[in-house]
Amino acid sequence: MIAIVDYGAGNIFSVKNALDHLGFESRLVSDKESIRSADAVILPGVGAFPAAMEMLQRSGLADTVKEEARKKPFLGICLGMQLIFDKGYEFQECDGLGLIDGSVRKIEEPGLIIPHMGWNKLEKLNDCPLLENVGDDEYVYFVHSYKAHCDDDNIAAYCQYGGRVPALVYDGKYVYGAQFHPEKSGETGLKILKSFGGLI
Amino acid sequence: MLAKRIIPCLDVRNGKVVKGVNFEGIRDVGDPVECAEEYNRQGADEIVFYDITASFEGRGVFLDVVRETAKRVFVPLTVGGGIKTVDDIRETLRAGADKVSVNSQAVKNPQLIKDGADIFGSQCICVGIDAKKIGEKKWTVYINGGRVDMGLDLIDWVHTIERLGAGEICLNSIDADGTKNGFDIEMLKAVCDNCSIPVIASGGAGKIGDFAEVFEKTGATAALAASLFHFRELTVQEVKAYCRDRGVVVR
Repeated sequence: MIAIVDYGAGNIFSVKNALDHLGFESRLVSDKESIRSADAVILPGVGAFPAAMEMLQRSGLADTVKEEARKKPFLGICLGMQLIFDKGYEFQECDGLGLIDGSVRKIEEPGLIIPHMGWNKLEKLNDCPLLENVGDDEYVYFVHSYKAHCDDDNIAAYCQYGGRVPALVYDGKYVYGAQFHPEKSGETGLKILKSFGGLI
Repeated sequence: MLAKRIIPCLDVRNGKVVKGVNFEGIRDVGDPVECAEEYNRQGADEIVFYDITASFEGRGVFLDVVRETAKRVFVPLTVGGGIKTVDDIRETLRAGADKVSVNSQAVKNPQLIKDGADIFGSQCICVGIDAKKIGEKKWTVYINGGRVDMGLDLIDWVHTIERLGAGEICLNSIDADGTKNGFDIEMLKAVCDNCSIPVIASGGAGKIGDFAEVFEKTGATAALAASLFHFRELTVQEVKAYCRDRGVVVR
């Protein structure tokens, strides 16, 4: 069972719809025990970094998510990907989950349209199990105004938007983060989710 | 590099697809869920559902359509029509929409844009604008399906909605809509040059070259069309293949 952490942020049903479509058992969960007993965890999310961290902390789920992400496949999506870093700078400095070293800052480039919204091409940088079935010319769907700053070693793939934007990050063990929405990225996104489900 | 988006729009009334020509003379055709699946197969980058139902019952049927589509189509889904309150936005997003498009109600109550963006994030608040030319480089904003002139200057309105936190603008030209003479390049250019959020071009697409033209001549990041795709005059693939040949980056 894949636990989709429901902490009150975003359209979480689309993640569940995509997993249902692929035939993976999943549940929207908001309690610690369900996250602990799951085979894998997905942390979705849209909205603002500080508000999401506050919701995760207030519900007491932040620590559980941190612990479980070191034991079983874990995927953060969009804001959920940003939360896996040490710090976010959206409106104010805010601690993240600290699963991968790095920070999240506003995309700033003169003349660039923000948010980065639409389909952009994945450029692979490091080997990653989630990209095994993804070719060199595939697009995924992004909607975000902030981006991660982290070591190249943790970047599985990036895209170009006013410079490099980390698209898929990976800690080499269990932690994955997708800045794009695999659940909204057509066939390419479904392939990535299928590979994630296949890690169980 | 970010690809230009091609977006088919489906007008839905009482759970069925319709298409208005110049907002009048509606023809009823097709099941919206099946249409959306077909557009997905054709490579649509996003799908827009516009609810033109006036009744409370119709609203429920419409949200069922959104819910069912979200189970079968895995590209972004934007839903507009009849959204008046923050609760309407929440209900629409919970039905499976990724973005909502607000139009008349945003003009009547601009706070809706800010409240929506603060609660759900800018990325899911698209502001639809219907505008008409009134003079040299001057346009005003209309509401209620292009029927009521609000006397509001288009560029002023664009600045306002950007400041309130909208994530995207869908700009429909009343002058071009239904004419099939191409997108309203002059108006789109004026808006794109005056804002830094994504702009979707809407209204006037009649032939394949219109899409490449709007991307070459304006800063629009997406182009939307309804009847052209709905009546199979063009497919999304054909439009994309043509754009690609002209050097426009598409998925």
